[in-house]
Amino acid sequence: MKLKKYLLGLSIKSLTAISAALILLIIFFIMSNIVSGGWRQITWEFLSTAPKEGMTEGGIFPAIFGTFLLVVIMSIFSVPIGTISAIYLTEYASSNSIVARFIRFSVNTLAGVPAIVFGLFGLGFFIQFVGKGMDNLFYGGVELRWGQPNILWASLTMALLTLPVVIVSVEEAIKAVPKELREASLALGATKWQTIRKVVLPNSLIGILTGGILAVSRGAGEVAPILFTGAAYFLPYLPSSLSDQFMELGYHIYIMSTQSPDVEATRGIQYATTLVLLLLTFTLNFSAIFLRYKLRTIKSKTG
Amino acid sequence: MNNKQNKVQQETHNDLLRKRFYFSDWLAKVLIKTIAFISFLSIILIFVFVFREALPIFSYEEVKSAYTEEELEQETYGEENVTIQSPQKSENKSSVLNSSSEQNKSIWENIFSTVWEPISSQPKYGIIPLVLGSFKVTLIAILIAAPIGILSALFTSTFAPKWAKEILKPAIEILAGFPSVVIGFFALIVMATFFQNIFGYQYRLNAFVGGVAMSLAVIPIIFTVTEDSLSAIPKSYIEASLALGAEKWQTALFVVLPAATPGIFAAVLLGIGRAFGETMIVLMATGNAALISPSIFEPVRTMSATIGAEMAEVVFGELHYNILFLLGSILFIFTFTLNAIAEFYVRNKLLKKFGGEK
Repeated sequence: MKLKKYLLGLSIKSLTAISAALILLIIFFIMSNIVSGGWRQITWEFLSTAPKEGMTEGGIFPAIFGTFLLVVIMSIFSVPIGTISAIYLTEYASSNSIVARFIRFSVNTLAGVPAIVFGLFGLGFFIQFVGKGMDNLFYGGVELRWGQPNILWASLTMALLTLPVVIVSVEEAIKAVPKELREASLALGATKWQTIRKVVLPNSLIGILTGGILAVSRGAGEVAPILFTGAAYFLPYLPSSLSDQFMELGYHIYIMSTQSPDVEATRGIQYATTLVLLLLTFTLNFSAIFLRYKLRTIKSKTG
Repeated sequence: MNNKQNKVQQETHNDLLRKRFYFSDWLAKVLIKTIAFISFLSIILIFVFVFREALPIFSYEEVKSAYTEEELEQETYGEENVTIQSPQKSENKSSVLNSSSEQNKSIWENIFSTVWEPISSQPKYGIIPLVLGSFKVTLIAILIAAPIGILSALFTSTFAPKWAKEILKPAIEILAGFPSVVIGFFALIVMATFFQNIFGYQYRLNAFVGGVAMSLAVIPIIFTVTEDSLSAIPKSYIEASLALGAEKWQTALFVVLPAATPGIFAAVLLGIGRAFGETMIVLMATGNAALISPSIFEPVRTMSATIGAEMAEVVFGELHYNILFLLGSILFIFTFTLNAIAEFYVRNKLLKKFGGEK
């Protein structure tokens, strides 16, 4: 009986430990596979030149540039909106008010909407509704400029997708600002808005930064929303205006590994592109983890 | 004298305490509130605009039925006026009527049929294989991800030594940070061959490979939510169990795990939602053939992959375009429902359970 109990306990313990180890093993396996498959390809030339010979040779610079542009435009929208929404949720709304609950529910829902549905929304709303509307307004519907996939609509779609990421981490940061600081500021005669601007926001800068970084990492990694809102297979030039299409790292991986005429021949490029994307998201995620860790230690010191 | 002083003091006090109106403060509040509504607004807009593009399917039927009525009227006119050629003509017309009513019926029959061939001379838009495909891949992914995610969360929160926790938690964050296209790429190149060597199946890319790859994307969600709900369990539960002489594993299995059931349920629901909507992994790793088959080693085509693969090439305003939006609406409704259940039901249950303790 005792032995049976002991064995049962041991098996449960080892089962949980094995599944944890399995996760680590898988991560290690994926990383080592992609690093070993791609690192030899990554040269300065690969990073700084455009694809050549029908995308079977050359570099991925346009894709890197497109990804960069995408996340910058995306952040311009999602970081301020996310921050302000977080300010509302933490500073203005009482947690039980219906409005606040609605907004919170929307944020959670937004976080759960599949990426491809965001893509559909981008197509249905931004391109077909707003874009076509703008074309009709400015060009009388003759010229097709905004009513087609481009980097602005892709970035806006991505901004919506990453909005919950920003809101959640900024909220966490604002909540970490000690109550005493706010009270001190209010007691000195500052208004609520002054308190937020001069006390709360400066103290939650790290959190806003973390939110921004996480959003960028998420945005750089998602491909589904841009499949039909602006990403292009190949472009001979870099996007120069908001109504241009663009190349993107994740989309490049997808295209190269599934649609390319000779998939085997470009294996090296695929691996190298994947490695670049992985390094990019890793660097971003690690800095976000580090910043959040720092934020938590600050919090535990002050409060 | 003293009284008067007091009164003056009181008055200045009141003056200081009176809430003054600051325009900038008011403006800030209004602006912040307005902007905070963007999340709410975008959910509404997503609802409206994804459904709006799917709507023509419904009116498609109406247009056709109006057409039939016209035909009907014409036919009665014809019978009244034409005398000699009437048999031939009415035969013609009834055949027209038949075909049009067939078309009229067929739009929904077509959608609920089992063949998905949108690009052919007679396009077939049967979404059944796609829906089943989505469920198939989701099921495989959850069957793999749920045990691994829940058990490793249990390990982290109860058995793991500190150093193991400090490795596991960032590792999970790393896994969560893997772009889905990277997981899809890995599945396409490495996993497919790896599993083919083990199981020896015919098609390199199939539901199983897609499901396993998908589980990698689902594990972090299940792990995180489960771990949160495990650590939300009051210490007193665990201490009481240990004080009664239960072993650590008994406590974990019979106290901690049952107490966290609603949270684990939520974790699995969110995992299902994620797997159901995930696009890039299934697009790259499942083979994308719209087959209905009980075998897990056959290729499948999911709803999300269909949208991802076909939307870029479809003509705006065509029936095919609308049907892809219909698929999107189904995806949206499904994940929305799952999220709502996870949100309300589970959170309320958790709150009721531990509300008094915190």
